Amino acid sequence: MSSTTAGPAAAPRVETPFARFVSEFAASRLALGGLLVFAVIAAVAVLAPWIAPQDPYDLAQLDIMDGRLEPGAVGATGILHWLGTDDQGRDMLAAIMYGLRTSLLVGAGSAIIACAVGASLGMLAAYAGGRTDSAIMRVVDLQLSFPAILAALMILAFLGKGVLNVVIAIVVVEWAYYARTVRGTALVERRREYIEAAQCLALPTHRIIFRHLLPNCLPPLIVVGTMQIARAIALEATLSFLGLGVPITEPSLGLLISNGYEYMLSGKYWISFYPGVALLVTIVAINLVGDQLRDVLNPRLKR
Amino acid sequence: MTVFLLRRLLQAAGVVLAMSLLVFLGVYAIGDPVEILISPEADQQERERAVRALGLDLPIWRQYLVFLGNALQGDLGRSFVFNEPALRLILDRMPATLELAIGATVAALVIGLPLGLYAGLRPNAPLAKGIMAGSILGFSLPTFWVGLMLIMVFAVQLGWLPSTGRGETVTVLGMRWSFLTGDGIAHMIMPAINLSLFKISLVIRLTRAGVREAMLMDYVKFARAKGLSPARITLVHVFKNILIPVVTVVGLEFGGTIAFSVVTESVFAWPGMGKLIIDSINVLDRPVMVAYLMVIVLMFVTINLVVDITYSLLDPRVRLEGKA
Amino acid sequence: MSPPTLEVRNLRTHFFTRAGVVKAVDDVSFTVARGKVLGLVGESGSGKTVTGFSILGLVDAPGRIAGGRILFQGQDLVGLPDAAMRRLRGNRIAMIFQDPMMTLNPVLRIDTQMIETVQAHQKVSREEARQRARDALGQVGIPSPDERLRAYPHQFSGGMRQRVAIAIALLHKPDLIVADEPTTALDVTIQGQILAEAQKLCAQSGTALIWITHDLSVVAGLADDIAVMYAGKVVEQGPVEQVLDAPLHPYTLGLIGSVPSRNRRGEPLRQIPGMTPSMLNLPAGCAFRARCPRAEARCAEPPPMAEHAPGRLARCIHPHGEALAA
Repeated sequence: MSSTTAGPAAAPRVETPFARFVSEFAASRLALGGLLVFAVIAAVAVLAPWIAPQDPYDLAQLDIMDGRLEPGAVGATGILHWLGTDDQGRDMLAAIMYGLRTSLLVGAGSAIIACAVGASLGMLAAYAGGRTDSAIMRVVDLQLSFPAILAALMILAFLGKGVLNVVIAIVVVEWAYYARTVRGTALVERRREYIEAAQCLALPTHRIIFRHLLPNCLPPLIVVGTMQIARAIALEATLSFLGLGVPITEPSLGLLISNGYEYMLSGKYWISFYPGVALLVTIVAINLVGDQLRDVLNPRLKR
Repeated sequence: MTVFLLRRLLQAAGVVLAMSLLVFLGVYAIGDPVEILISPEADQQERERAVRALGLDLPIWRQYLVFLGNALQGDLGRSFVFNEPALRLILDRMPATLELAIGATVAALVIGLPLGLYAGLRPNAPLAKGIMAGSILGFSLPTFWVGLMLIMVFAVQLGWLPSTGRGETVTVLGMRWSFLTGDGIAHMIMPAINLSLFKISLVIRLTRAGVREAMLMDYVKFARAKGLSPARITLVHVFKNILIPVVTVVGLEFGGTIAFSVVTESVFAWPGMGKLIIDSINVLDRPVMVAYLMVIVLMFVTINLVVDITYSLLDPRVRLEGKA
Repeated sequence: MSPPTLEVRNLRTHFFTRAGVVKAVDDVSFTVARGKVLGLVGESGSGKTVTGFSILGLVDAPGRIAGGRILFQGQDLVGLPDAAMRRLRGNRIAMIFQDPMMTLNPVLRIDTQMIETVQAHQKVSREEARQRARDALGQVGIPSPDERLRAYPHQFSGGMRQRVAIAIALLHKPDLIVADEPTTALDVTIQGQILAEAQKLCAQSGTALIWITHDLSVVAGLADDIAVMYAGKVVEQGPVEQVLDAPLHPYTLGLIGSVPSRNRRGEPLRQIPGMTPSMLNLPAGCAFRARCPRAEARCAEPPPMAEHAPGRLARCIHPHGEALAA
């Protein structure tokens, strides 16, 4: 620094918004841990058919004599059952791995569809304004004032069980969260000068919406989306526990827990307990990530 | 204020009407009620007589009007299973659900507000971080699983509390209540805590976020510049501002609590409305489903109305807009 | 001789953020005597508001007073226990904030917010406190104070709210008022009224006043002395007329040149080139040198505060001496 010119002081280190986002996110060890755990869980779910000790739904691999073995016992088929077996002699670890597949598929799938539906409608409401806006928001308000669990129960009562029906039910009860979030942000962003400028340039509407408006609505959408995936997984588990969710042929974690309920009172805790732990860890991990995302992406908490 | 009230009442009536239509379409238009209502052995003539008697030969909008007319007179059909008026079945079980929900709400406020206040005032204290981690758990834990764990620990392993049922009840005002007997309270502890976990977390988070936001506001700094004690600033200036969102949400959540008691009641075999509706769904007892839905909608609309009014009493700005 | 109402000596208030230390106030000294008005002038981010908060002990984490003394009637406020500081705040030292829309609590009635201030410092009955509040509202020119006391802040206009805030500041007839741009958010006519009242008050009651502003024209009519802040430091101070007529520091000159004025019509407005430096990594030496037309090698050394003429201090190696000689 021998320069003595009156030029500008040494330029501060350039930091892209994304790099800054990553470093702020990583500031929370808890959130990083959550992300890591979630990555492991997702990998287990995807790879279940290859890494599970048995295919829990291939009846040929099961031996009814292995029913309700305690964790750590070795069954007649020679498999060491780390987490015990259920009443059918099914290895719980394998059942949990397969259960995770269903749970994650239903949770993430319905959250993504709900996000697409909700964000589109929210954007439409914000951009069209007027009657379209008030019509959409009236439905959103009605939907949000009605508890998710009840609406989902009713839909499933009418449609019947099944993976697809569960997804439909969750989408119906969750799209409104996305719609409200996107509309709120889009309304604020709409009044910003850069949108006015884009409109003055006579850019096509779809371009304004997708290139200008949507990217600015993404941060809150990401936060809501993360939380909603966790909610969707929990909701699916609850519905399955109540006997209204996925069918017995494709059990999710919730159904596994439900199956173990009757044995719990007689002290055979593991049939319910371990699927519950898996469910819990999954949801907590997602929520930890979502929580930190909210703190990082919320401009109001910035100093 | 009168105009404000009137407008809200009209809106509420509109919502009830809209929901009745939805419920009607959902329950009566999907699937054939004749299949359920009339015994399969009935011959063609009997069927037709029954269809006429039930008004099922009328166009759908006439059927709806009949349904609406009956509903207004408190007739929501008879349960197939219990052969009793569906509405009475539900009202019989309502006190059990209500006392559970009220217990959970009180627990949520009593536990959640102080913890949230502390976490908001000392966001970096280890205890505050512990509270917040706990609240994430409270949000994350699926209600039914916590219920199972409570039963496993306190009923099966330790044997401290009864696992299911309502216990001994006392009849007051023609309704049976558990919270007035020792046995009833023992039965209520686990379900009520189970049901309130989510709300405790919610109250903690709302309070904390509200406190943190309020502490950055100029009016708090000005209050400090006036030389007020920290206690007064916290309990009057900050607290009154966060009470508004907390009361709103907790009030609105009361409906949610009643709805979520479906899960808690199933886990603990608590004989309330929620247990009834799950049983009814499983045997497709449609009149009970309809009656339950209409009762819930009515409750929700009432809760929203009460919250709105309370809100306007707490926040002078809303009160004034309502006047104008 | 009794000590001046306020004497700030080498005050340093730093913010210890994750990104580094921000020296928001760095070696600031000034004195305000009884009944006098000090204009504290600077751009946003120059540290003038933080200086005000430091005096009242209202600097929040991650900021804290890192050095210096704040002598209020001879008593050092730095390191004073919270309870003792609280007895002074709102009582002997009052503050008025910039944005009147934000300073009053929206959910509390005006009377609540005034009575609590009275009762925080004096054991008086509610009725007596209400009487005092009523008088204070009358004093700042609010009509029908009885009725207004029962109102909520949102029922007042911005100017009225600022009057209420001023009335609250006056409740205990303080010895020192720190006013942080109290008229910036207001209409010009209202601003004029408030300025006139402030001046009258100081002259009558002997209250010392620190008027924080970025607006030189406000200071010109109101203040006795002026201190110009730049990047956390006072760069020039002295009696207001002398400083405005013959500024020593190039920054002060630039500020004066940026004010549109009637007698220089037709001439292009001069502006200070460049931008205020980031407070996070201030260059060593004079913080203004990057924008200064007179900067040279020696300016990379931190310039000391020096008295260039009686009562005229400036933090510059070669001030505009021509003006002094004239």
